[in-house]
Parts: sequence; structure tokens; C-alpha cells
Amino acid sequence: MVPLSYYVILSLIVFMIGVIGVLIRRNIIVLLLSIELMLNAANINFVAFSHYLQNITGQVFVFFVLTVAAAEVVVGLAIIIALYRGKATINVEDVNLMKW
Amino acid sequence: MTLILFSYFASVIVLAAIGVIASRKPVNSALALLVMFFHVAGLFVLLDAEFIAAVQIIVYAGAILVLYLFVLMLLNLRAEEGYHRQFVIGLTVGLGILVEAVLILGRSGFADRFPPSVPLTPSAASAAGNTEGLGRALYTTYLFPFEVASLILLVAMIGAIILAKKGIFGKEGKNRRGQI
Repeated sequence: MVPLSYYVILSLIVFMIGVIGVLIRRNIIVLLLSIELMLNAANINFVAFSHYLQNITGQVFVFFVLTVAAAEVVVGLAIIIALYRGKATINVEDVNLMKW
Repeated sequence: MTLILFSYFASVIVLAAIGVIASRKPVNSALALLVMFFHVAGLFVLLDAEFIAAVQIIVYAGAILVLYLFVLMLLNLRAEEGYHRQFVIGLTVGLGILVEAVLILGRSGFADRFPPSVPLTPSAASAAGNTEGLGRALYTTYLFPFEVASLILLVAMIGAIILAKKGIFGKEGKNRRGQI
């Protein structure tokens, strides 16, 4: 039997890998992929707790996290396309007009 | 047996996650993410959540990743791309938080309160099957968030069309007004 703490530590590791990905990449699309990593880590956590507490609420929440992730990907990619039309770059370091 | 499967899924998930953030080409990152999605679905099956595993594959791997690949092919990028200017700081801070959190979790006594023998007695809700239990909860107790989720999807669709469609406010060319 797998203890619950294994799932929580796995979720934590994947979440922190996602955070590191957001911090160290310059490509906006890979940035969004790292955010998907973070959402998946949260999903693993929810489903693990739903299994160990025998409560279906965790999986209901995973449903909503999936929905919100899909919506966020759609809007994020639309923003990237609009950005690319304006500036022809997907490098986050080049989008610095409002920087001091 | 469960432990062997869990260690296989967990190790591939971590390796694929590192592949996502470390690949030089963005398409390789997307494909590593695909591998990760499949193994997360396998983990969900281990946790008796078969419907969520199927939805994960259909929605994440079948819709979201396809959207990403469309945009990647549309933008037609060059492969070379280094890391961010703040690469060292980001990596240090991230690894520091990770190590700290794993240590705190490891010695917090968290594992003692959830001994592994808890899930051996399934309750009546999970005896009816995962899909039925989830549907029952979603359409009775959580009906309002379910309707709100459909509204979120509607708003996302409208937002994507407005942001990405050319000439939606009537004019095209350099003096386009109303562009966000």
C-alpha cells in the first residue's frame, strides 16, 4: 500500500519543477506548459486525498481544475498570438516596454 | 504491486516534468508534457479514479496539448533559445524551496496521521463506481459550480475570439482601434 505522504511529496516535487520552469524559461509557450505542470501537481494532490479520505469532493474539484485549466490555456494562447502579431517575438525578455 | 506501479509512474512523471522545463526545443517540451499526462492518468487509475483518468487524457492530452501544438506550429519558431537571464537565481530559489518543503513534510508527523491501511475499506460511494459517484456529487451538491464552470468556458471562448481574430473591430491595418 502506498502511503499518502508519497503522493503529497510527488505533487510537491512536480509543482516546484513547474515553478522553476516559470522562473527560468524565456519562451512564453514553455512558460504556459510549466503552469500546466503546476495544475497537474495540484490534481494529483486532490485525487490522492480524495482516495485516502474516501470523499468524492476531491475528484469534483479536479473536474473544475481541468475546466479552468482549459479556459486559461485558450485565453493564454490567444494572448500569445495577439502579442506575436504586435511584436513578432515570444521571448518574455523582449516584452519590456513598460519596464523602468 | 501498487508500490512498484507507483514508483514507475512517479519516476516517469518527475523525469518528464524535468524534460518539459529543460528542453531546448518547445515541441520537445510539449511532447514530454504529453508523456507526463499519460502517466498522471495512470496514477489516477491506481487511485481508483478511472473517470478522472479518462477525462485527463481526453481534455489535457487530446485538447489542450493539441492547442499548444497548433500555436507552436503557427508561430514557427527557431530551435535555439537559451535560458532566462535570471536562470541561476530561479534555479537556486526553486530548488531551495523544494528541499525545504520535502524536509518539513518528511519530519512533520504527517505520515502518521494517514496510515496506509485507510483506503482498504471503500465506502458506499466508491462501491458504486467512480463515474456514478462523481456524477451524483456533481449534479446534486455541486450543481452551482458546475454551471459556473460552463460560464467560464463561454467567457474563455469569447475572449479567445476577440483577442486573436484579425479585424474584429472593423478596421485592419496599422491604425486599428480597439485592439487590446
